[in-house]
Amino acid sequence: MTRNLTNRVRVWLVAGLFAASVVLSGSFATTAQAQNKDPIKIGFSMALTGALAGGGQQSLLAMQIWAEDINKKGGLIGRPVELVFYDDQTNPKNVPGIYSKLIDIDKVDLIVSGYGTNLIAPAMPIAIEREMVFMGLFGMDNNSKWKYEKYFQILPAGPNPAVGFSQYWFEAVESLKPKTIAVIAADAEFAQNLKKGAVTNAEKMGLEIVYEQNYNPKTADFTPILRAANAKKPDVIYIASYPNGSAGLVRALAEVGTDAKAVGGGMVGLQFSGLMAGLGPMLNGISNYDFFVPEPTMDLYPGAGDLIARYQAKVKADSLKVDALGYYLVPWSYAYVDILGQAVNAVGSLDQDAIAAYIAKTKFTTVVGDVKFGPNGEWDQSRTLVVQYQDIKNNDLSQFAQPGTRKILLPGDIKTGDLQTFGSLRK
Amino acid sequence: MAVFIDLLLNALVIGILLGGFYAALAIGLSITFGLLDVVNIAHPTMLVLGAFIAFLLNSTLGIDPILAGVIATPFFFILGWLIYQVYYNVFEKSGAESLRGLAFFFGLLFIIEVGLVIQFGVDHRLVEAPYIGESWNIIIGEEIDVAIPFRLLVAFVVASIATLAIRAYLTKTFFGRAVRAVAQDMMALRLMGVDPIRVKRIAFAMGVATAGVGGALMIIVLPIEPSLGRLYLGNVFAIVVLGGLGSISGTLLAAVIIGVAESIVATFFGPSWAPAVSFGILLAVLAFRPEGLFGKTAGAH
Repeated sequence: MTRNLTNRVRVWLVAGLFAASVVLSGSFATTAQAQNKDPIKIGFSMALTGALAGGGQQSLLAMQIWAEDINKKGGLIGRPVELVFYDDQTNPKNVPGIYSKLIDIDKVDLIVSGYGTNLIAPAMPIAIEREMVFMGLFGMDNNSKWKYEKYFQILPAGPNPAVGFSQYWFEAVESLKPKTIAVIAADAEFAQNLKKGAVTNAEKMGLEIVYEQNYNPKTADFTPILRAANAKKPDVIYIASYPNGSAGLVRALAEVGTDAKAVGGGMVGLQFSGLMAGLGPMLNGISNYDFFVPEPTMDLYPGAGDLIARYQAKVKADSLKVDALGYYLVPWSYAYVDILGQAVNAVGSLDQDAIAAYIAKTKFTTVVGDVKFGPNGEWDQSRTLVVQYQDIKNNDLSQFAQPGTRKILLPGDIKTGDLQTFGSLRK
Repeated sequence: MAVFIDLLLNALVIGILLGGFYAALAIGLSITFGLLDVVNIAHPTMLVLGAFIAFLLNSTLGIDPILAGVIATPFFFILGWLIYQVYYNVFEKSGAESLRGLAFFFGLLFIIEVGLVIQFGVDHRLVEAPYIGESWNIIIGEEIDVAIPFRLLVAFVVASIATLAIRAYLTKTFFGRAVRAVAQDMMALRLMGVDPIRVKRIAFAMGVATAGVGGALMIIVLPIEPSLGRLYLGNVFAIVVLGGLGSISGTLLAAVIIGVAESIVATFFGPSWAPAVSFGILLAVLAFRPEGLFGKTAGAH
């Protein structure tokens, strides 16, 4: 009896482990509309679990909405679109294997990147070796060394992204007449690229860098780092961080405080619904980058509002466990596959050289307005916003869907508020 | 000079408090791995499960996270009991626990993680409590201001109480001594008429039960997401090994040493060096005392 029981338990265990491994390796192909022709397969890795999954999951849903839209219109060059994707677990080590499998075994026709610089970097050599068009989703300067002519990415940080990304933040804080700056950055590809750009901008402005340190992503408590930075009495603090670090530093700012007049700049994760609601009033005073916020002047992206409304309705109707608001990545994730789709339709084939040449020379009309790529496949102009968290009263997520909690400081033509000193917005 | 003393005092205080938090994460593993030789690599993920339970009770019913952790403790005890039952019957009994047992806990780690993703999604979660985001400032003279974040203080106090209580239980009670006896000589215990498997099952369940309060402390200190456990896997094992396998107070001391080292290095030499210094301490200690700070030498087993 015991023996039988043991065997039965073993069978269940093996079944459980198998089920888990299938779920984890996660090949979830979208069901294309029933059309007789072979589908065009678009392959990619995506951070569906791990530190960047808050962004990865909303990107995936936006891409699925695009696939539905395009299939309703008859697909690309008369063939339905099918998305083939795997979870990279926010781990760059998983990425090369995923793209090899997508190209060699799944035989995808087109590839696009997963979300984020750290996950784009390990896929670049494969895209280059196979000479495929590679659309990037929020890559920070991934192509500066490769100079691969078939790479195009959607982060609107301008032709020199590392510098362009933080340029507006430095322009915004100039009104405070700072003389010194502290720079804190995560030990990761994205944050390091951002730090380099921030240091260049700081030097251009004549700021003295009094503190410059990197932190390990495993850091559990950030108060010693903030204290060490405060001891150097910086006028402003630039932070390039990933979600865990961003939340840790925001809490440290609440506990230790700072005399710096402006804090923030390149903090990833503060745009995610979970962290915005969780940190609530602790965000007040932080000035940070963003790309789309629910301010009245954001109507320069006419399609984005409608897309976000559809995304939010879908999340609610299907009770999906993804970012409830979707401001941060949804329009851009939709746009980067849409540009690829528009190019395929215009070229009329899957010829990678022809698609790349078309993307390089064309100005695309998308849900994030007109997009034109410049050198290295980056945007030809920066459209990064600088926002400041103001008037956040509690931990209710719905306030972040209303205008006023993230005032746009720059660019000037869509500005909705003025930069106030960090201390003046704290209790 | 005053600035230096201010930074040093703050680094020491934060380091000690952070050590208490690390101890709370490692204490369960100190029992299951240190005393019972069961390589429960799913322990950090069980802590994340505890953190999500605290999040659930806090966000839906407004229960304080620590109280939520206490409420979850019996649940984790039962979970630990069941896990050991399966582990013993399938692996340990047939002597296949080394590699296949490890695979079992690896599988368990993934099942818990995927379960959390399905139930809660992948977003970062935080809890609300009056002591989060506030600190207690001790001002000495004009230039020294030691800020003690309440969330770390709460974590330190709760972790210390839990550690001392577990230590007292294992040293002062009959059952506690039986647990330590199981670690030393199972056969001798059997000859005394005690069922060593029952003792191990309860001790393992106790180790897993610490994930209730440990997980609550985790979400008080950090934002959590389902895969966070993997990030701290190396650290918690390092602390248990540094403290000495089977030594509960050694685990607390090792956690404080790592906490203080990380904090001092982050303050004075740059935060990117902090993990290297922690593991450097581990290597240095193991070179001179392979049994860890408070571990028994191999001959004593």
